[in-house]
Amino acid sequence: MAWSFFVTGLRNTYGLGRSGRSKVLPMILLGMMLLPALILVGVLVQARDVLDLDQQIVAYSRYPVITQALISVFVAAQAPTLLSRDLRFRTITLYLARPMPRSLYVLVRFASLTVATFILVGAPLVLMYAGGLLADLPVGQETGDFLGGLFGAALLAVLLSGLAALVAAMTVRRGLAVAAVIVVLGVSYTAVSTIQGIAVGTGNDTVGEVAGLFSPYTLVNGVQVFLFDAPRATATPPDSTATGLAYLAVALLLALGSVGGLLARYRSVQT
Amino acid sequence: MAVIETAGLTKQYPSVTALDDLDVSVGDGVTGLVGANGAGKSTLIKILLGLVGATRGSAHVLGHDVATEGAAIRALVGYMPEHDCLPADVSASDFVVHMGQMSGLPYAAARERAADVLRHVGLAEERYRPMGGYSTGMKQRAKLAQALVHDPRLVLLDEPTNGLDPSSRDDMLALVRKVGHEFGIAVLVTSHLLGELERVSDHVVVLDSGRLLQSSATTEFMHATGSLIVEVQGRPDADRLLGQALVEAGLTARPAGGALIEVEVRDDTTPDVVRDLTVDLGLGLVRMQERHHRIEDVFREGGAGSVLPV
Repeated sequence: MAWSFFVTGLRNTYGLGRSGRSKVLPMILLGMMLLPALILVGVLVQARDVLDLDQQIVAYSRYPVITQALISVFVAAQAPTLLSRDLRFRTITLYLARPMPRSLYVLVRFASLTVATFILVGAPLVLMYAGGLLADLPVGQETGDFLGGLFGAALLAVLLSGLAALVAAMTVRRGLAVAAVIVVLGVSYTAVSTIQGIAVGTGNDTVGEVAGLFSPYTLVNGVQVFLFDAPRATATPPDSTATGLAYLAVALLLALGSVGGLLARYRSVQT
Repeated sequence: MAVIETAGLTKQYPSVTALDDLDVSVGDGVTGLVGANGAGKSTLIKILLGLVGATRGSAHVLGHDVATEGAAIRALVGYMPEHDCLPADVSASDFVVHMGQMSGLPYAAARERAADVLRHVGLAEERYRPMGGYSTGMKQRAKLAQALVHDPRLVLLDEPTNGLDPSSRDDMLALVRKVGHEFGIAVLVTSHLLGELERVSDHVVVLDSGRLLQSSATTEFMHATGSLIVEVQGRPDADRLLGQALVEAGLTARPAGGALIEVEVRDDTTPDVVRDLTVDLGLGLVRMQERHHRIEDVFREGGAGSVLPV
């Protein structure tokens, strides 16, 4: 029961089982996510010897940060299709009038959104990994980096979905939810990268490291840098164990906090 | 075994008492739950589904306690809410299949059941169109279909005729009757329109401000109430004279509006007594008829307010 609910939710985020129009945006975004990876793979396979490459042109850990605008739009557009939609049409009443408990409804919706986001973020990484193997990059090194990248994609999916779901669950207005999520994700990333740029320019690296905690993208990249020594995507990744642990702790807190917030939000939903 | 049984059921919201010490027992067949808006009908349904906790008292649905076995009840019960609840961008067919799965049916079984119930509720080709474009009548049918898809033992229909034009309302009532009698599913159907429930239900429960006003078989409601309406003429104060004489003869009589007198029937001889007294007083007996109750009389007697009799 929960499984079929999960699958339906996952299909719905990509517009499957819904009207033709609702397929357009997620499919375009998925295509746009894959396109740069495809080009990178093409270059890597064709020009490996010419350019003397022995690793990916763009590291797995940096790819999601480069494409963050696309990911933000996807999450912003699809979180409301799962959450605001049920509230707006009051379909939630029908779900609650069935055996599934309220908390399970929330967790399954969250899981659908997370996995949908993970597919979006992870698919280009899989493509790049396949390309890396085709181009005879060192297999052990590549596999390690790739798995680290997937871990980052999963963490990013959890954090983004949690935030977006929480915002989307606050409103029944789809447009409002979309705008609010884009603002939260876009503004935080822009602000963080601006502050980090200034921090580097003025020599205050610590300020930049702390700022990195405030956007999911820089946060996840920081965690990857700390855990796997992955290539950094920000000017000021955490460079001590203490800040690394802080990044890890904030990521965990954010994930748990947004799920907790969602559960609390749905406890007060009237049937 | 009663399908629904409540004992001392009370629900208090901060500012209002929605249900007040309610003892109701509902059996098989179609049961009408009547009450004005705000009488506590929807609250009762939500408590029965285990969605809202009662302040005091207990309730059992199909032998399960609503307080502790909500999930078991919700697996056996279908619910059609009063308000809109259909996503606009999904077809009725897909939606009912999905809802069947949410009730625990495997996909193949859900598809088969959905096709069946959609046919029963009378959604033909339009079932493949997005529900956003449906008329109110079609939406109500789709809502009923999703309540029936998992083959429940009891369905709770909250105002199924709300917003329907007279002919769609007749269709919906016929459907409700069919569900209760042909499919053998117990039905609890609410309405604030009394005339509707007279037609479809076997049993009627009347709520007023969260209190039980009356619970009995529909046939009893419709029965002769045991009183006669008498109209006499011959003198300006004819009705008062006869009333006086009837009371002196030991009968209960009261004015019933206009020049009419309502006389309680004590036994088979009461009509004869009325006739003889009329003759003795030298009055002309214009008419004497049995009075039939309609459900709305329950409200009149109970002093309930804003009810719309049909």
